[in-house]
Amino acid sequence: MQKLLLLGDEAIAQAAIDAGLSAMYAYPGTPSTEINEYIQNSKEATELGIYSSWVSNEKTAMEAALGVSYTGKRAMTAMKHVGLNVAADPFMNSAITGANGGLIIVAADDPSMHSSQNEQDSRFYGKFALIPILEPSNQQEAYDMTHYAFDYSEKYHVPVMIRLTTRLAHSRSGVLRRTSRIQNPHKLPANPRQFILLPANARRQYKDLLKNSEHFVTESENTGFNQYIDAADKSLGVIACGIAYNYLLENYQNGIVPFPVVKLGQYPMPKEMIKKLYQSCDEILVLEDGYPMIEEMIKGYLDTGKPVHGRLDGSIPRDGELNPGIVGLALGFPLTPGSDIPKVVANRPPSLCGGCPHIYTYNALNEALALYTKGRVFSDIGCYTLGALEPFDAINTCVDMGASITMAKGAADVGFSPSVAVIGDSTFTHSGMTGLLDVVNDESNVKLIILDNSTTAMTGGQPSAAFGRIESIVEGLGVDRSHIIVLNPSPKFHEENMAIMKRELEYEGVSVIIPRRECIQTATKRKKNEIKIKTVAL
Amino acid sequence: MKRDIILAGVGGQGILSIAAIIGTAAVNLGMFLKQAETHGMSQRGGDVTSNLRISDNEIYSDLIPIGKADMIISVEPMESLRYLPMLGPDGWLITNTKPYINIGNYPEMHEIMAEVESINNHIALDADAIARDLGSGKCANVVILGAASPFLGVSFEELQEAIKAIFQRKGDDIISMNLAALNAGHEFALSQIKDH
Ligand SMILES: Cc1ncc(C[n+]2csc(CCOP(=O)(O)OP(=O)(O)O)c2C)c(N)n1
Ligand code: SF4
Repeated sequence: MQKLLLLGDEAIAQAAIDAGLSAMYAYPGTPSTEINEYIQNSKEATELGIYSSWVSNEKTAMEAALGVSYTGKRAMTAMKHVGLNVAADPFMNSAITGANGGLIIVAADDPSMHSSQNEQDSRFYGKFALIPILEPSNQQEAYDMTHYAFDYSEKYHVPVMIRLTTRLAHSRSGVLRRTSRIQNPHKLPANPRQFILLPANARRQYKDLLKNSEHFVTESENTGFNQYIDAADKSLGVIACGIAYNYLLENYQNGIVPFPVVKLGQYPMPKEMIKKLYQSCDEILVLEDGYPMIEEMIKGYLDTGKPVHGRLDGSIPRDGELNPGIVGLALGFPLTPGSDIPKVVANRPPSLCGGCPHIYTYNALNEALALYTKGRVFSDIGCYTLGALEPFDAINTCVDMGASITMAKGAADVGFSPSVAVIGDSTFTHSGMTGLLDVVNDESNVKLIILDNSTTAMTGGQPSAAFGRIESIVEGLGVDRSHIIVLNPSPKFHEENMAIMKRELEYEGVSVIIPRRECIQTATKRKKNEIKIKTVAL
Repeated sequence: MKRDIILAGVGGQGILSIAAIIGTAAVNLGMFLKQAETHGMSQRGGDVTSNLRISDNEIYSDLIPIGKADMIISVEPMESLRYLPMLGPDGWLITNTKPYINIGNYPEMHEIMAEVESINNHIALDADAIARDLGSGKCANVVILGAASPFLGVSFEELQEAIKAIFQRKGDDIISMNLAALNAGHEFALSQIKDH
């Protein structure tokens, strides 16, 4: 079969296409975005009639995928780690309903927070929900595990999580494809009450899930994704999870590790393998990208057994992504760095593009707010978060999608007035609308600025769910029409925009300002495509 | 044969095209490849890097171990220095000398160049100017690739074939422009090595 050069993300997407996927739902988020992007750009997926969509948020994505599974067809959703917080309610409950058609949840974690607010480890969610987790160590495994995950999900009627981290998600390597499988037909669950989580049903379903836990461990012993690799030197035994396995091998000539190793790629842990390693080795080293989850389990709270090394005893830093050097140090190999970074090298943080509409909104807002004491701008997540940096220094918070509006509300409710919220158009439809409804219902004195650049820019320009409809949504939520104002954030209108902002800041009540101009990057891409389409039409 | 290559630049400067050309050539030669890229936040005008590893044997880590890179290929001079801890003792530094200034505290050019020149094995060239002279201003990154080509362990012809394959859909003009850029960088590097 054909070998493709694929990112870890793309390997999962291609495998899903090949494994008979019927529908894919996602909200973008680094490092998961390329999965749905790949499916959307795949000619094959189009020809196969695979439904794929960018939806409002991770919760709606997870629920739509569950609906597909209900009909007997295969579904997938993919999100960044913090997206799983948003999807947590349907995610946890999907473990109780179980799946009908194969259901995969891909959680892409971001240790070292390359593009995130935290580095939470999604394996805890998988464990919490009591569902199986697959954690590939390379692109080929990402491909193979996705095939397997669908079969697994259907065999035990359980949703399956695939967990990967930024490094694998965004690293490319050769992947060998398998023959494709056709999509499932519609076939409703054998038990018509499977998806009705009334307490009586839920209790029964939950017991089934608990009973399956044993089978999941047996699966983990036998699939080959977990391996016991024996070696002569029993002074140490190594447990290497996911991509950490590669860093381990990198430290030894030809990848031959002198110690016994459990290569871990499937959870719950294979108990027999772990027991054998623990019993035959003097000490244990746990290598895992993310939190010390496995390490904590092996060590136990009282830590009365054999020495267990890892992030908890400082053999490995407590936070941040692993790499071959960090793993090497834990194994006793010295680091051999090249020369230091010369002092002349300056930091180059990300910044707003030249001409970005957000620049002109912040310029006007900063000036309009100059009359008030500082620290009034609650903001959110997107390109516009870069307004926190010099030269703007324009925002004071960034927590989670939608928190700008609700935090501004809380502040306003206790007399912090004016209280300003700044949110992007895509973030607004992701999680801002319900917050605005609260603001309207309580008549909180919040000045909301919805930055409408007609796209989800930060993650590469996916469509924005409220495209062309922001005013009507805002009005529908109950904001007074005379305080819904659309501006053009461009230097030409600076004075005018600033005056409007000043006026609205003085007004006691809910006000929504919508600076509207297309993102420069999206506009360029769109124009290029238009030229292409025109040329084709000629 | 094995090469561990750090590609460096600023978001949007096209280091991934360099990686794609080397990668295609390596794969056509039946080599193994791993290439870790930077996506997301830092692409917004921040520093970006890619770890490209090609080898006749299986490659384990997606990341190059610190101090083990065979070369740094950079499309921006200050960025070439950011990854010096990654470079091995006999490694090569191949960099553009044309700065990309999007920060207020960008250092003085002569300070940057002094650091570049203090590296034993280095090739520094104004790839933007060379590309402009060729009438293909957008190909500065391929000029840099050309300058790195003598050290890649992949034959020049194989790189040419890769360019043809990658730009096939964009037409003959684009292909010949990129081939000319590759060639110009290559010639520059050869002349430098002779003087060495
Ligand atoms: C729960 C959650 N999902 C996804 C993300 C990733 N993410 C961060 S910003 C962003 C897009 C924001 O788009 P928009 O609000 O339109 O602002 P823009 O970037 O266009 O300025 C996304 C998808 C996240 N941080 N948290
Ligand atoms: S990508 Fe668009 S929204 Fe983001 S900084 Fe650039 S112009 Fe602004």
